[in-house]
Amino acid sequence: MSIAEKNPQAINRKKKHNRGKVKGRVVDINALLEVQSLLGNESRAKNLLIEHLHKIQDKFGHLSALHLVALADEMRMATTEVYEVASFYHHFDIVKENEIAPGRLTVRVCESVSCEMAGSEALIVKLEATLDSDIRIQRVPCVGRCDKAPVAVVYRNTIDNANADNVKTAIDGNVIFQAMPTDTIDLSAYKRDGGYQLYEELISGKTNSEAIIKSLEGTSLRGLGGAGFPVGRKWGILREQQAPRLMAINIDEGEPGTFKDRFYMLGDPHRFLEGLLIAASVISINHCYIYIRDEYPTVIEVLHQAIESLKNESVYDLPEIEIRRGAGAYICGEESAMIESIEGKRGMPRLRPPYVAEFGLFGRPTLEHNCETLYWIRDVIQKGPEWFDSQGRNGRNGLRSFSVSGRVNKPGVHLAPAGITMRELIEEYCGGMLDGQSFYGYFPGGASGGILPASLGDIPLDFDTLQPYGCFIGSAAVIVLSDQDSAKKAAFNSMKFFAHESCGQCTPCRVGTEKAVTIMETGEWDIDQLNDLSTVMVDASICGLGQAAPNPMLSVIKYFPHELGLEERK
Amino acid sequence: MAANPETIFETVEFTLNGKSIEALAGESIIQAAERSGTEIPRLCYTKGMRADGNCRVCVVEIDGERSLAPSCCRNPTAGMVVSSDNERAKKSQKMVLELLMSDQPEQSYTLDNELVQWAKKMDIVKPRFRARHQPKADLSHSAIAVNLDACIQCTRCVRACRETQVNDVIGFAKRGHNAEIVFDIGDAMGDSSCVACGECVATCPTGALSNATGAHQIEADRKVDSVCPYCGVGCLLTYHVKNDKIIRVEGRDGPANFSRLCVKGRYGFDYVNHKQRLLKPLIRKEGIPKGINEHFDPNDPSTMFREASWEEAMAFTISGLKKVKSELGGSGLAGFGSAKGSNEEAYLFQKLIRVGFGTNNVDHCTRLCHASSVMALLEGVGSGAVSNQVEDVKEAEVILVIGSNPTNNHPVAATFMKNAIKQGKKLILLDPRRTEIARHAEHFLQFKASTDVSLLNSILHVIIYEGLTDEKFISERTTDYEELKENVANFNPEKIEAVTGVDAEEVRKVARLFATSKGSMIFWGMGISQHIHGTDNSRCLIALSMITGQIGRPGTGLHPLRGQNNVQGASDAGLIPMMFPDYKRVDNIEANIRFEEYWSAELDKKPGLTVVEIMHAILEEKIMGMYIMGENPAMSDPNLNHARSALAALEHLVVQDIFLTETCAFADVVLPASGWAEKDGTVSNTDRRVQLGRAAVPTPGEARQDLWIIRDIGKGLGLDWNYQHVSEVYEEMRGAMPSINGITWDRLVDKGSVTYPCKDIDDAGQSVVFVDCFPTKNGKAKLVAAKATLPDEQPDTEYPTVLMTGRQLEHWHTGSMTRRTEVLDALEPVPVVYVSPQDIEKAGLEAGGNVTVKSRRGELTAFVRVNSALKQGEIFIPFCYHEAAANLLTNDALDPVGKIPEFKYCAVKLEAA
Repeated sequence: MSIAEKNPQAINRKKKHNRGKVKGRVVDINALLEVQSLLGNESRAKNLLIEHLHKIQDKFGHLSALHLVALADEMRMATTEVYEVASFYHHFDIVKENEIAPGRLTVRVCESVSCEMAGSEALIVKLEATLDSDIRIQRVPCVGRCDKAPVAVVYRNTIDNANADNVKTAIDGNVIFQAMPTDTIDLSAYKRDGGYQLYEELISGKTNSEAIIKSLEGTSLRGLGGAGFPVGRKWGILREQQAPRLMAINIDEGEPGTFKDRFYMLGDPHRFLEGLLIAASVISINHCYIYIRDEYPTVIEVLHQAIESLKNESVYDLPEIEIRRGAGAYICGEESAMIESIEGKRGMPRLRPPYVAEFGLFGRPTLEHNCETLYWIRDVIQKGPEWFDSQGRNGRNGLRSFSVSGRVNKPGVHLAPAGITMRELIEEYCGGMLDGQSFYGYFPGGASGGILPASLGDIPLDFDTLQPYGCFIGSAAVIVLSDQDSAKKAAFNSMKFFAHESCGQCTPCRVGTEKAVTIMETGEWDIDQLNDLSTVMVDASICGLGQAAPNPMLSVIKYFPHELGLEERK
Repeated sequence: MAANPETIFETVEFTLNGKSIEALAGESIIQAAERSGTEIPRLCYTKGMRADGNCRVCVVEIDGERSLAPSCCRNPTAGMVVSSDNERAKKSQKMVLELLMSDQPEQSYTLDNELVQWAKKMDIVKPRFRARHQPKADLSHSAIAVNLDACIQCTRCVRACRETQVNDVIGFAKRGHNAEIVFDIGDAMGDSSCVACGECVATCPTGALSNATGAHQIEADRKVDSVCPYCGVGCLLTYHVKNDKIIRVEGRDGPANFSRLCVKGRYGFDYVNHKQRLLKPLIRKEGIPKGINEHFDPNDPSTMFREASWEEAMAFTISGLKKVKSELGGSGLAGFGSAKGSNEEAYLFQKLIRVGFGTNNVDHCTRLCHASSVMALLEGVGSGAVSNQVEDVKEAEVILVIGSNPTNNHPVAATFMKNAIKQGKKLILLDPRRTEIARHAEHFLQFKASTDVSLLNSILHVIIYEGLTDEKFISERTTDYEELKENVANFNPEKIEAVTGVDAEEVRKVARLFATSKGSMIFWGMGISQHIHGTDNSRCLIALSMITGQIGRPGTGLHPLRGQNNVQGASDAGLIPMMFPDYKRVDNIEANIRFEEYWSAELDKKPGLTVVEIMHAILEEKIMGMYIMGENPAMSDPNLNHARSALAALEHLVVQDIFLTETCAFADVVLPASGWAEKDGTVSNTDRRVQLGRAAVPTPGEARQDLWIIRDIGKGLGLDWNYQHVSEVYEEMRGAMPSINGITWDRLVDKGSVTYPCKDIDDAGQSVVFVDCFPTKNGKAKLVAAKATLPDEQPDTEYPTVLMTGRQLEHWHTGSMTRRTEVLDALEPVPVVYVSPQDIEKAGLEAGGNVTVKSRRGELTAFVRVNSALKQGEIFIPFCYHEAAANLLTNDALDPVGKIPEFKYCAVKLEAA
């Protein structure tokens, strides 16, 4: 039972391999120099790993093995620590010695529900047939422009209502960076409209933290990232935690169908920043991190500029505000995964307890908010809780920003009363269904919120109202299906998305989503197996991704049994 | 019951499956459940490792919570109502098992497959789901087979590699169902930086990582608890034996290793079965010249020797010794014992030399490793052993490592250092080479080889002249401070910068950090001791510890990391020329009289000669007969051409070993002996722990137990020795050594490991010493000023390069054991010279090509290995390769006090070969 007998190749190949070098990969001097020059004087702290990987990816179009090893050496990390992070995020292309680098340009085509409904598959086929072979075409999940589906991204330039022609035009013209929006409200315009007055009142003592918390506690303003935790209560909890406390802002808007954050950040970034400053002041936070998905380069730029202008023009004693760039991972929208990512790690959700408020970023108590939540702080305080709460409908209070896509005439972000029904939303805000198409069903809260049939189009849309139906509103990403669509197909699309975006940490989600896809892709759904998968995913997954992943599939079984050749279940 | 504060634990009462149970403070649900007799399935959770909660097979229902909770990661709260066996919890537990089972291969890679066992217990018959696309096997590594088709992504291997051993090789890459275990950047394991500690294999629940030999698929006949035979860390282990052969080694939960092992301990066990094992006594053939010549062949001893019966060989052995003794007296004989043998062997060996030979000419490899450290410690603090145990790093705030490459030479000790660093302790590393552990260092000072005294004096300078000393400690517990202060007056770091090559500001930072921390602990190795100023180096370290008061408390102190598994014990047992057991000087009249009484014999009153001195004495014809047991001076001594010519000049050389070592080439008679795994006996580790080893397999052929060979030579020399059991020798030794008085043989059989000093049977042993005073005459530590001296041989235009020698992770000492184990030899099969990239270019060498290295004393040819850990102008050669023996080059100049040779510095030149 010697190794030589059992496994001769291990013995033989070692002999030659080991002579000239120490174990493992040796740092290449040239690669190291390149990395050093890219990093310049910036900190080599481990939490900047993803930022530094971006620098290499941006410069070389991929991450070569040589650069990964050199970066690890430069940051005094193990090579595997760098590799596991780099390989976790879809926007990093790792190219090893015997592998081919991606083509000169990458075109990403969104294949999530809204884009699929708008013909992304045909677009991909067309692009593959017509574009040069050195253009890489990548199928990607939602890029956050569902109102303009189908969407393609030429390098970093998003092409709305994409077709083979406008994509080709962008490539040929080398238009690979997105134009900055022209209608962003800048600092002076924002101030003219009374901006930063509330913040000034707070820091000058005209109002105080207690008053603000009290106001917030008196409103129905809840976290608008999807979980809906009451804002005032969150701030109160944070204030009781031990300093130093940190803030982490989530602009990793990745839920298929959602694009409200992009809309608000590009339109009125200072309204959000004022909310951030108020939160920082009330809770005594002096370091804030803003995590923005890599699919939103213009949002990153707009916020950079807004922060810069605030620094340049204002006399405020600003907290430290750092923008961190995501790298293509839906899971990083999950609050603890985002924190891991800001720390420079793989975006793997943490087990809770402990909660982020107690043990968050870098182990510190952390206030984590979706950016839209902060966006409303000024209005809620200035106009008063009554104003905000009086906006609801059907017994609900407040406002919701619906990201609407799918078969309606006016897709886009619609600020509407909380509690509005789907039919009301379509008719009053979305210009009705597309001509000749009839309302068939809808995703009330992105891919994870499940699918409701048209017959349930009259229930109020808000937090807590959809649970009885096995759905939730989440970030209010509404995708409207018509008689041309199939809920089964949309559910399959969603399950593929979750399988693609599962972080891989826990068994129910990692294996469950993959097994569900293999069952669903046959077209013949084995309901018992899917129900069993659903049970373990819902009950035993670590985070909301796995827990919510079965929702669309379950909705189909429950509300669209005819698509499965089954009788409706009650 | 009376309230005893030690027995009051905070407990939490909660309900599990309808029964009220108590959890201890900090216990998770799964732990509390287990203690109360309820078993909850688990895969990613295992004892001794951070719970990660990823597999979700241990989920339970907690009343009031929406989803199920992983019982391994949740602590019960008072009144919590938990169900681990209701329908909902069991449904998910079973589903997780079914999902994982659906991706398992047909045949398991281990008999001990936890997933399969749980699936069976939970009645998972046949998984319904389609299997994933399976990855290919990776069989690139000689020790470990990687079959990720059995992987369940539980990350126990990742935690083993990253959190337990902190080797940081295994990663968890990609995501979703593509998430996979990787080595480095997804390289084949055999190409990766894996150091093959095997911790991942030990913890893998499914055999996805298993021994390359397939040993996990074989049921052992018996399991025998013993101790690792290699370094001084003293890891406890269990031999798995099948058909009287060791098939694998498992780490055992010892106080020095917490079940961890390194590549040598885990995979370096099969040397005892090597085909070159000596099976019969050998007597040199008439007329065959001594030396490593054309007649010397470890594969075929018959070209140099003839086989003899034990009767004949022993008669020959004894008559030769007697003849020399009658011609030259006892001082014409000498013996080298071994730090690889047991305490009992060391004790009996030195007793044989002293009582039977009638001389103190007895030494062993301590002379080549820590002799200078021991001398400085005896002089300074009155005791040669460590003040604090390795594990104490968790109590420290600062860990200073100098002249030591712990990840290679004390790998398991290094894991505790790295664990501590992960907990926020700061490492200060001082070394001419940027060794592996440098990555974890807060401060790494890469000083020019051999400038230790200058560097350390400049640190002392900063501490003294910046007022960072512990004045109270200095005045109450030390003497001669003023001399020290004056001596370092001129060593301000700005001035010394040019000598050491270390930035003065860094020196200042290090000095401040060390002096002002709550606890600073010093570790050192051969880089300190193997210089002609080795004693001075240690004196500086002692002074550093004393003037800052960083001693006598947990997390402080002095720890010379001992090399051999029993170098501490062999020295304690008196296997050194100037000391009886327990460091009683032979020229101390009282001690001499005491031992004359104890042994009922007349004893030599003057210290004997040390290792290198014995070689000189042979060439001066003052010593003509030697008995060498388990040492290999023909490889390990400096300036080998000289040492070998001395060995060849002996009239009568008896070598007792398990292989035909290079030293055997000079023997007149060779006695086949026992390997460690074949014997019962105790060894003492670097932490001052006496640990019991047990025979796992029988000695092969006619090979005999070393202890009984020593006894029989004693008998042959007329001694009345009738020891029948190892314990008799141990108990006699204990009677001679107050330090281990409380450690009886029976206690060792019961406990396996006991720390000394240990007064009596109820004493747990002192893990920290020097708490109130030092075992010196006045109870105070003596500070000794050290002058900076140059190495004996400086580089010059002819020999411009500095050579340092040392060890590699995979090979032990002269390679006699490790080069005969299949795995270790496959990992490092050929002799190499480590050269900086700059020197490779300068000398026109090629990585992987040949280089000839020459010194004034000899030359060798080996393969070039590029190594950016080295500074330009300094090279490193491991001394384990007989075909390119580094010690042909080394200088035999000695430290005047410790008599240790300057292995760490000599001048050489490089030539492309």
